Amino acid sequence: MRELSENLHTQLVELLLALADDEFVTGYANSEWTGIAPLLEEDIAFSSLAQDELGHARLFYELLSELQIADCRLQIEPEANLQSTIYNLQSPDAIAYGRAPSGFRNARLVERPRGDWAYSVSRQFLYDTADYVRIESLCRSAYAPLADAAASIIREEKYHLLHAQTWLDRLANGGAAARGRQRAAFEVLWPDALGLFEPVLGENALVAAGILPDSFAALQQRWLSSIAEPLRRLELPFPFVSDERGWEALLAPDYGGRRGEHSESFTALYEQITSVYQLDPNATW
Amino acid sequence: MIDRQTITEQDIWQALRDVPDPEIPTINLVDLGVILRVELDKAAQHARILLMPTFTGCPAIEFMRDLIRERLAQLGLVTQVDVTREQRWSSDRISEAGRRALAKAGIAPPGPATSSVVIPLLEPALCPHCGSRHTTLDSAFGPTLCRAIAYCRDCKQPFEQFKPL
Repeated sequence: MRELSENLHTQLVELLLALADDEFVTGYANSEWTGIAPLLEEDIAFSSLAQDELGHARLFYELLSELQIADCRLQIEPEANLQSTIYNLQSPDAIAYGRAPSGFRNARLVERPRGDWAYSVSRQFLYDTADYVRIESLCRSAYAPLADAAASIIREEKYHLLHAQTWLDRLANGGAAARGRQRAAFEVLWPDALGLFEPVLGENALVAAGILPDSFAALQQRWLSSIAEPLRRLELPFPFVSDERGWEALLAPDYGGRRGEHSESFTALYEQITSVYQLDPNATW
Repeated sequence: MIDRQTITEQDIWQALRDVPDPEIPTINLVDLGVILRVELDKAAQHARILLMPTFTGCPAIEFMRDLIRERLAQLGLVTQVDVTREQRWSSDRISEAGRRALAKAGIAPPGPATSSVVIPLLEPALCPHCGSRHTTLDSAFGPTLCRAIAYCRDCKQPFEQFKPL
């Protein structure tokens, strides 16, 4: 299915923006460890993770660009007083860097400050395992360009899972300080992590059309099933109970990101991410 | 110098064997398997090359584009290089000659790519220094996106391994 009915454009843009912005902001955050990670291998690993995630983000922004739509959410910030052409407005760079903060659809999880090492690797564990589940599902999307992109991305995500699992075990089997920090990280991470499965606007229509093969609620169930065993075995916080209907959360999710409502920490991050682009949005690189 | 009137697609494939991978110069782009197709318009002296990226975030793609254009300009061709997603590159596309070139540079060639969730890297690589299979993965991430770091327990040397993808 390469042709989309007109009334699914808006919903598809919401989905692609959520996927792209999660990867974009995560990739940017990962790069903050370049040069200062606690081990040389991790300096390299986080730099590589950043490069991978930014590559995936670019792929999703290209899909958006190819949709060739003049959607108001993709418009540039009015205060910036930019004389952007329509062409620029729709380029992957313009979509990534030219939007107002409220145009971003990333989950709040990825916009939080990087914290200590335990926080960063624990966040990466929750993010990468969740991302894997959703990308695996999107390989079956009825929208062929998205299914193709997911099939490319999932091969690389296997290496992210290996990295995430390694650090989960390493800290959990480490000394009291490592265990304590890891536990504290998971305590604060859970509400944000559930925000990764906040439904995008128009989710029902996307599911009905097969563009989104599973609802976000179904994906969340699958994700929790995939990580329950290691987290319980390592005696880490896992605030869910299961019954015949699946996992039930014992805490409220922190939603808002998928509607463009971000936390205060996003403001500073947004300034940093877009600062170079805003100097001259029409520059040729 | 090849006569412009008799130039063939084979000549272009041969010329592309002179173009090194920007990140691992011991292997050329043809042996790396990133060239999907070559199209030649003799009358217009124009060539179109379809190039497949390795990893999604590979930063070398623009360098490859420039190197291809420069090399084919020596044949008198104006070249358009299109990055394609028509088909996915896989490390299984690396030729036997390419695998030997990687090993010679101290990089263990990739094992078979797999579609399962199992990480293909966990199979011990063959040490490119001493040939031992008594090796272990040190980190899934290395100097470039396509390389991991491994360690040989026999010759006590670290080495790089091309990731199966």
